[in-house]
Amino acid sequence: MSTPDQTASARPASGDAPLLEVRNVSKYFGNVVALKDISVGVKAGEVTCVLGDNGAGKSTFIKILSGVHRHDDGQLLVEGKDTHFASPRAAKERGIATVFQDLATVPLMSIWRNFFLGSEPTRSIGPFKYLDVKHAQRTMHDELRKMGIDVRDPDQPVGTLSGGERQAVAIARAVYFGAKVLILDEPTSALGVKQSGVVLRYVAQARDRGLGVIFITHNPHHAYPVGDRFVVLNRGRLMGDWRKGEISRDELIKMMSGGAELEALEHEIERVLHDAPASP
Amino acid sequence: MQKHAMASSSQAPASASSALEPPPPVPAGDERLANISPMARALRRPEIGALLAAVVVAIFFWTQNSLFLKLDGIANWTDVASTIGIPAVVVALLMIGGEFDLSAGVMTGSAGLMMGLLATELEMNVWVAILLTLLAAGGIGFVNGYMVMTTKLPSFIVTLATFFILQGVNLGVTKAVTNQVAVSNIDSAPGYDSANRIFGGSFWAPHDFRISVLWWIAITAIATWVLARTRVGNWIFGVGGDANAARNVGVPVARVKIGLFMTTSLVCALTGIMIALRLASTQAGQGVGQEFQFIIAAVVGGCVLTGGFGSAIGAALGATIIGMAFIGIQFSGWNTDWRFLFLGVILLVAVLVNNYIRKRAEGARR
Repeated sequence: MSTPDQTASARPASGDAPLLEVRNVSKYFGNVVALKDISVGVKAGEVTCVLGDNGAGKSTFIKILSGVHRHDDGQLLVEGKDTHFASPRAAKERGIATVFQDLATVPLMSIWRNFFLGSEPTRSIGPFKYLDVKHAQRTMHDELRKMGIDVRDPDQPVGTLSGGERQAVAIARAVYFGAKVLILDEPTSALGVKQSGVVLRYVAQARDRGLGVIFITHNPHHAYPVGDRFVVLNRGRLMGDWRKGEISRDELIKMMSGGAELEALEHEIERVLHDAPASP
Repeated sequence: MQKHAMASSSQAPASASSALEPPPPVPAGDERLANISPMARALRRPEIGALLAAVVVAIFFWTQNSLFLKLDGIANWTDVASTIGIPAVVVALLMIGGEFDLSAGVMTGSAGLMMGLLATELEMNVWVAILLTLLAAGGIGFVNGYMVMTTKLPSFIVTLATFFILQGVNLGVTKAVTNQVAVSNIDSAPGYDSANRIFGGSFWAPHDFRISVLWWIAITAIATWVLARTRVGNWIFGVGGDANAARNVGVPVARVKIGLFMTTSLVCALTGIMIALRLASTQAGQGVGQEFQFIIAAVVGGCVLTGGFGSAIGAALGATIIGMAFIGIQFSGWNTDWRFLFLGVILLVAVLVNNYIRKRAEGARR
């Protein structure tokens, strides 16, 4: 039976090697350069935000980190050790949990079955292993309650939850399973303002529990309040890497939309910001 | 018929609960998650429609001929139901896992022929012949699954090819070896009596229930337990519901699916062996077309064609309905050709009901 090992993952001495790091990683799909020379890391208790517009290479980047794709050049280091993940399962076993934007949950399955899919708790009678359903249902209920969702019926299919609630199930699941690194793929992109706030609070909570969080988003307004470090991708390349305090929100927005290109768009963006003063 | 039964029975639990239960406490958490009514909860069970339909069909044929629900009558239709139900249960598992096996029907014929030829032509002990046949069936299942997983072609096409290949081999080999279109005299082979007692015989003396009924119950129970209470069961729902999501959380999708194909072939072969032992012979055309009866039983039992939803008990109930219809139509003194019409109608009704249930389960947001 797997239980979260919070003490082990909590706060190694600062200055240690990053929990998860890529150095000069590149990925090609045939002739297409999806990523080129990307170097990013995340330490325990930090949130690294990876920002980029559509097509910047964010998805490819996540898939390398989570073991779906293998990188073609460069290094992938887990706690300082050069690694190649054979599969998403291998990444998961090393404590790297990924919450994918669309592919996080199976709609027709119940909430507790989704919560434990791939890591089911079992008991055994002799050689026979069986699911510990009570434990699974209770744990799921408790963990979701921490996220502010009260599930009355654990057999409810996930498909009947809202998008934000489904994200919550997936995030709560990753945190519960003692992930050291939590990779979140656009967790707020489909959510309303209020639900985005809830998800961001949970990101901060995971950080405070000592996880390294890689938060992928195209929304600097969501990234800025929770991020410790900001990495901007554009067309598969690294545009910049700043710590919090080295860059302002406005500068971040500028960088995201391609630096110099922004001058021409400035007017329009001013208007967007004026119309929708997003405060997550 | 099925739909009507569902609507009328749903009244009872809904009204009973509102009378007996105190009103639910004011929710402390998320008010948007509505309370689930007992009716919705019952409707969420995949096999509920099949259960109600089975009761209706049983009562209907009982009114035509009261023998239908006497022990002798039950022995009759459970016999038919079991040889459809054993494969239907594993076909249901495969469908929940998101795949089809069109070679399931002809596989029962292939297995009977192979065992028969090994026992009669090569004069093997029947038990050895059974073992070799099951090994071969597992191999064919593996090839089915491996091809589907590596080519990413729909299993519909891949197993359709297997279907025709096996059908061709069945006819060709049988004719070449025996100069007939059947393998017979299996009962003269050594080990036949003991094997037949386990796989082909009957029990409960005056009524003569078929031993295959016990196999059917056992396989349904095991399949239900696997689905509901094991990791593999959870993985089967996962790979059928959304293979990518399952892969992303670390479920070994290919292994689960190939395992399902192998189980399907194995259990279908076992069914073929039971039939061959009992008749002491097998026709070369045995099993052709039955794959659709297995699929109909699974669908009537609540399996969704796109995978991820269904139940083993449901498939067993679906097979019960088909068995009852086949025998009931005879008992009623009607022309047995009408059973195909019955199969078609019950399939159509089941698909419509399943579609409705699945939409409710997935929610309107999907």
